[in-house]
Amino acid sequence: MKNKILPFSVIIFFGMIFFIFYKGLEDSKIYTPNVNTKNEIPVFNTKDFFSGENMKSSSIFELDEIYLLNIWSSWCIPCRQEHPFLMNLNSDNTVNIIGMNYKDNLKNAKNFLEELGDPYKEIFTDVDGTIAIEWGAYGVPESYLIYNNKIIKKYIGPLNQKFINEIKLLIK
Amino acid sequence: MKILTITLIIFLIFPSSYLKADNQDKLNKITKNLRCLICQGQSVYDSDSEFANSMKTLVEKKLDEGLPEDQIYEYFKNKYGEWILYNPQLNKNTYILWLLPLFLFLIGGAIIIKSFIIKK
Repeated sequence: MKNKILPFSVIIFFGMIFFIFYKGLEDSKIYTPNVNTKNEIPVFNTKDFFSGENMKSSSIFELDEIYLLNIWSSWCIPCRQEHPFLMNLNSDNTVNIIGMNYKDNLKNAKNFLEELGDPYKEIFTDVDGTIAIEWGAYGVPESYLIYNNKIIKKYIGPLNQKFINEIKLLIK
Repeated sequence: MKILTITLIIFLIFPSSYLKADNQDKLNKITKNLRCLICQGQSVYDSDSEFANSMKTLVEKKLDEGLPEDQIYEYFKNKYGEWILYNPQLNKNTYILWLLPLFLFLIGGAIIIKSFIIKK
């Protein structure tokens, strides 16, 4: 009796370990954030980029309008790449592009807009990065499609032609 | 008179510094339990990335607002999902993780008891 239990439990034990590690192998180790959220947009206080005046988030986003919130910074290289796509999107006048200037130097940011153009309807600043966290952002650049105070879609990383086409399709 | 002054000074200084240290301890504890999502295998406490630094500032703000620890976790869970917490809660995805050690412990106990009884 004793002789039978021991090898049997050892086999079960190793079998279980094998099963768990084998299952673990199949899982992707790369974390992929959920991009199809229907979350409400956060409420926050911020400052206007150009005038430096205090403003509330409720004054930026109105109901029944489509907004694209773009988090950008002058020190962010991918933001430079995506900027022409934002300019292109703005020329259609179908969506209000709002900029969030993330942890930036004001002078550098203004130079950036002078050099590459300003597609934004409004820009507000996020000096310490906490507003970006309220939005659930990971870093720059990141874009959010917003309708009726809800986040319809989240784009992590620089926008490209594929994303722009998708945005245009979603707007329609 | 001198004693009175000293006690007054101690009373004035001590509570405030004590509270501050308490908040700092809490901040360290919470940030150690939050995963830095853009770094690999680092907590927010360990990391010095832009994301982690913003997280630290935000946790500090929330603590100053007087939010309790579990509500801060809940807040980040709502924003970023369960993955941001190092201490996972018991649900259908994590039940093996939580129950397996208990299960193995029971099996081990059963084996020990059985062999003792047989020996006796």
